[in-house]
Amino acid sequence: MTMPNAEPRPAAKASDYRSDVKPIWCPGCGDHHVLMAFTRAFAQLGLPREQIAVISGIGCSSRIPAYTNCYGFHGIHGRSLALAAGLKVTRPDLTVVVASGDGDGYSIGGNHFLHACRRNIDMTYVVMDNHIYGMTKGQPSPTTEPELDTAMSPGGTGLRPFHPLVVALASGANFVARCFSGNPNETAKVLAEAIQHPGFSFVEILSPCVTFRPDERKWKDLVHPAPVAATDDPGRAARRIMTDDGFNIGVLYRGDRIPFRPAGGASVPDLSELSAEFEI
Amino acid sequence: MEKATGTVPSGVAIAFVGSGGAGALTTGNVLLEAACAAGLHGLLTRTLGPQIRGGEAAALLRLASHPVESAADRLDLLIGIDWVNAERFGAELKVGPGTLVIGDPEGTEPPPLVTASGARIMELPLTEMAKAVEGGRPNMIALGLAGRLMGLGLDQLTAAIGKFLSEKGAAAIAASCAGIEIGFSAAAGIEFGARLTLPEASESPRWLLSGNEATGLGALRGGIRFAAAYPITPATEILEWMAPNLTKVGGLLLQAEDELAAVNMIIGASYGGTPSLTATSGPGLSLMIEALGLATSAEVPIVIVDVMRGGPSTGIPTKSEQADLNIAVYGMHGDAPHLVLAPQSVGDCLFTTQWATYLAEALQAPAIVLSDQFMGQARASIERPADIAFVGKRAVAAAGSTPYKRYALAAGGVSPMAIPGTPGCQYTADGLTHTETGTPTSGAQHHLAQLDKRHDKLDGFDYGNHWATVEGSGEFAILTWGSLTGAAREACEQLAAEGIAARVISPRLLLPTRPGQMAKALEGVTRILVVEQTHGAQFHRYLRAHYDFPVRLQALNRPGPLPITAQEICRALKEGQ
Repeated sequence: MTMPNAEPRPAAKASDYRSDVKPIWCPGCGDHHVLMAFTRAFAQLGLPREQIAVISGIGCSSRIPAYTNCYGFHGIHGRSLALAAGLKVTRPDLTVVVASGDGDGYSIGGNHFLHACRRNIDMTYVVMDNHIYGMTKGQPSPTTEPELDTAMSPGGTGLRPFHPLVVALASGANFVARCFSGNPNETAKVLAEAIQHPGFSFVEILSPCVTFRPDERKWKDLVHPAPVAATDDPGRAARRIMTDDGFNIGVLYRGDRIPFRPAGGASVPDLSELSAEFEI
Repeated sequence: MEKATGTVPSGVAIAFVGSGGAGALTTGNVLLEAACAAGLHGLLTRTLGPQIRGGEAAALLRLASHPVESAADRLDLLIGIDWVNAERFGAELKVGPGTLVIGDPEGTEPPPLVTASGARIMELPLTEMAKAVEGGRPNMIALGLAGRLMGLGLDQLTAAIGKFLSEKGAAAIAASCAGIEIGFSAAAGIEFGARLTLPEASESPRWLLSGNEATGLGALRGGIRFAAAYPITPATEILEWMAPNLTKVGGLLLQAEDELAAVNMIIGASYGGTPSLTATSGPGLSLMIEALGLATSAEVPIVIVDVMRGGPSTGIPTKSEQADLNIAVYGMHGDAPHLVLAPQSVGDCLFTTQWATYLAEALQAPAIVLSDQFMGQARASIERPADIAFVGKRAVAAAGSTPYKRYALAAGGVSPMAIPGTPGCQYTADGLTHTETGTPTSGAQHHLAQLDKRHDKLDGFDYGNHWATVEGSGEFAILTWGSLTGAAREACEQLAAEGIAARVISPRLLLPTRPGQMAKALEGVTRILVVEQTHGAQFHRYLRAHYDFPVRLQALNRPGPLPITAQEICRALKEGQ
């Protein structure tokens, strides 16, 4: 099913994309700024609100769809990429943005992450990474540092953190960027580019959890623009990311893989042709 | 064409067995095609070992002058192309004193299930006979033998193999035809009483297809245009049939990374306005259950076909059971009203899947279709099904319906769904308890209102007479479901021949339950036999939980993989007297 494309409305304001639902996020949470970046990116692109679908799973970050004035789906834990894939391949006319967090996206949804990168469907995947489970009040996530002491892992997990950007590159993502929520203008620009880039775009946004990770307030002093321009070589991009300090901000990789081809037109006039093979 | 000598109204039951590569299944399929082309009806089921290649295989074939929907309780003819590992079929091969067994004296000895059965055993050197033809194969000898014993003509058999091997080239066809001819000649002197009468004139147009293919076609007829799925036995044929055919109608099948993805993909596609389906078996349904709750809460229509196999866990992937009833009905956490339907035969897979799609779309709810391995992987001839009018059509919101409330408490419970792209109706679908507009809430009044809405829309709908098969009017009722409906129907016919009037009641709609219609179907009943293929009497317990019965229920339940036959049902009814 395809809806007729409405005319872009270039005069759009960021506030046009904000609903009147009040976020449940804590004061100071980075996700407030991510929401701001979302709406600014949509306005920048002049996208009709009804042509955008924001899809999410479960967690603090995943509450974002209802705070926008777009179509949204707040699904179940870890499965947002799959839900979005089904939507985009059948509705290629829509702009599909998936919002997730480090627990939802890298732990319970980890397998879908790999296959979404491989499949390279034309959509944008935004992970708000705060290195902690916030909604369940402070358990370690796949990106949590090994020594972080929590009630569920006293003395720390001792586990090596997951490296999402490198995994995305190895799995075939077509656009890879890292942003910091504290800079919503820069983040909006990257999001707008990610949305326009063909294929599967992955944007990891460092988004501090001031409640369970107050130490992350210092991220604003640690982040810095990536020292070199984005590459189109995934191997080079991966090596850079493996050896950087984790705070390089900006577009890190732009690929040119051909996106997944969505459903096409019918080639038979009606269904009776399909049953001809059954006739005795 | 042979002249019929002894006509058998209940038809003839034949089995071909052989080790992997011996061609038992091919032989069964070609004989089925030849018999159907000659105007007969047939049902071919298969039973396999777990091996991917090289395992033992048996083709179980019933041929009759009327449509066949159930397993036979006896074999009239068993041909062992070879007997390697044939003992593994055990009770699945119903060999008895009335069976003619033909096997090769060279090679493996026949198993005890043959030698201890009292069957008439006839030795024919199938392998040696095949050597008379270059590239000849013993299974073609078996085909010629069986075909003639059934009453088919040589030309009918060679026409069928020509069609079957059309892509293998003239040499392969010629070798097979020569082999069939040798077997056909060898059958001349064999005494066999169960020969069929071939119909005189061609009847109404008929189809030959598997239940899984019928399911795929039913889905497309119902309006399904997107499928996402993960391969699983015994549901894969649905996906392999749908993949190219969806493309032809402008749709798409996506192979998902797992069942969790598959079900969420179809929820996403359906949210976007495209009627969507997935097909799986028990282990996959287990993984999909959480998302089924999401589809219930967010009111997104989807269809999930579960082709049931032996469970729990990995169970018996290649063989049938009805033991997913409980998870289909009760599997979800929370109060989650949804649709559960069960097709009743190979042909009914088409109708029920189409109807399920229609209902899911009309009611904005998930529908589980419980097929099973027996009918899913069986091939049967059916009368060409009518093109019925059930095409999914959901209520959609028009642009600018402001203020738009996605989950409005409308009369009947179904609220118009805005399809993304519709200006002015943006909303967020949610698995969280929500208000009428979709905004998350934990308020008791909203929770109750939305639970009522989702319950009422399903319960208040008029499902018409399709809710069940209700046939006959006797005092005895056989209450069954799914692929056992055919056996129950056959049991009624046999009982009628003995002067016992029985009726069949087989619900096609398992959820929501229809107590009023069930009570009407049960009027005048004095005895009820509940027949099902589960170990835990799941259907029996389901019936007792949801329906009132005028008399105590008698249970005939057995787990898979052995099918329950009409004769067993008759015996159980008579024993209970």
